[in-house]
Amino acid sequence: MIDQENKNQTAQEFLKGLWDENPVFVAVLGMCPALAVTNTAINSLAMGLATTFVLVSSSLIVSSLKSVIPKQVRITTYIIIIATFVTVVDFALAAFTPAIHKELGAFIALIVVNCLILGRQEAFASKNSVGLSVLDALGMSAGFTFAMLCIGIPREVLGSGSLFNIALFGDSFEPWVVMILPPGGFLMLGFLLLGFNWYSKRKKERAVINEMNI
Amino acid sequence: MDNLLWIFISALLINNFTLAYFLGLCPFLGVTGRLDTAFRLGLANIFVMLITAICAYVLNTWVLVYAPYLRLISFIIVIASSVQFVEMAMKKFSPDLFRALGIFLPLITTNCAILGLALFSTNKGYGFVEGLIYALGAGGGVTLALVLLAGIREETRILNIPDVMKGTALHLIIAGILSMAFMGFAGLFSA
Repeated sequence: MIDQENKNQTAQEFLKGLWDENPVFVAVLGMCPALAVTNTAINSLAMGLATTFVLVSSSLIVSSLKSVIPKQVRITTYIIIIATFVTVVDFALAAFTPAIHKELGAFIALIVVNCLILGRQEAFASKNSVGLSVLDALGMSAGFTFAMLCIGIPREVLGSGSLFNIALFGDSFEPWVVMILPPGGFLMLGFLLLGFNWYSKRKKERAVINEMNI
Repeated sequence: MDNLLWIFISALLINNFTLAYFLGLCPFLGVTGRLDTAFRLGLANIFVMLITAICAYVLNTWVLVYAPYLRLISFIIVIASSVQFVEMAMKKFSPDLFRALGIFLPLITTNCAILGLALFSTNKGYGFVEGLIYALGAGGGVTLALVLLAGIREETRILNIPDVMKGTALHLIIAGILSMAFMGFAGLFSA
């Protein structure tokens, strides 16, 4: 029984990041990269994976060191840990995939100030065991990557008529260029949030109706 | 001189930090409920950006040539601590200014616009004066975007808006339209 509950809790820590506490759609954290680099699906995926690596590694280190880090300087310590991993990602991407690194440019370095990462360290990794923190980080970054793709895929399809650089439509397709330019990012996320709000509201209303019927 | 003017206008309008680079969105969406708060936040932003430009120049010239891999860590720590230091000095010597900007300073320090400024001006290889002008333009651009959005948000309060539209979704769509308007500045200097 206890084992079952534990398992449920573990699964819960992972799943909450995907939907219920999705960092981008619900908490509206980590907006800068979510809008700046989502003009193609590949960039979105690369950004999502880079953030995943940084978040999971920092959560691992922070939760392992939580008893050693003095409370007064904890935020600074977290930032140093995060900045170290971001530097690793920055150099790794520059070495292995120079093309993507060039397109993402300074936004890789800006993962350091992504409030999502610091937020998870402060809110979760500094209070929970190593295993749970890593799970939480995995769930949150999966949710982040999912949100990045939700913004990136429609932007690329509408803006350049392709997906992962593969052309989808014939020559007659007239690209909606504004979608891959900055305004497209704002508009796409605005409309996605609108859809998200509408869905949650409808779900709530349905629940009320169901309750009344019972 | 032309070059400096170009850097300023480019950072202020064409490559606006908020509307074209998406930097500093958290305060952009969070603190733009009222016009005067937004304006003060913008001023605080200009102030921190000027300090950042000075720190970035000092670090780039004397430290990072020897250890380029320390760039991120040293930028963050040096900028955060200098802002803290200036804040303390300001509290002592100019309490009025401190009251106007005070609460925003620690918030802004970890803002991506600040680190972005340091990184961009390093990537572009700006010197001391160019860096300061760039910071002034970028800060002015952020202030402009904040004030514009806050102004529009104050107006939307008397409108009849559907429930699902209220909040961040509406602000993002307004920002999208603003950003489209700013794209018009792109042809400013090509002529």
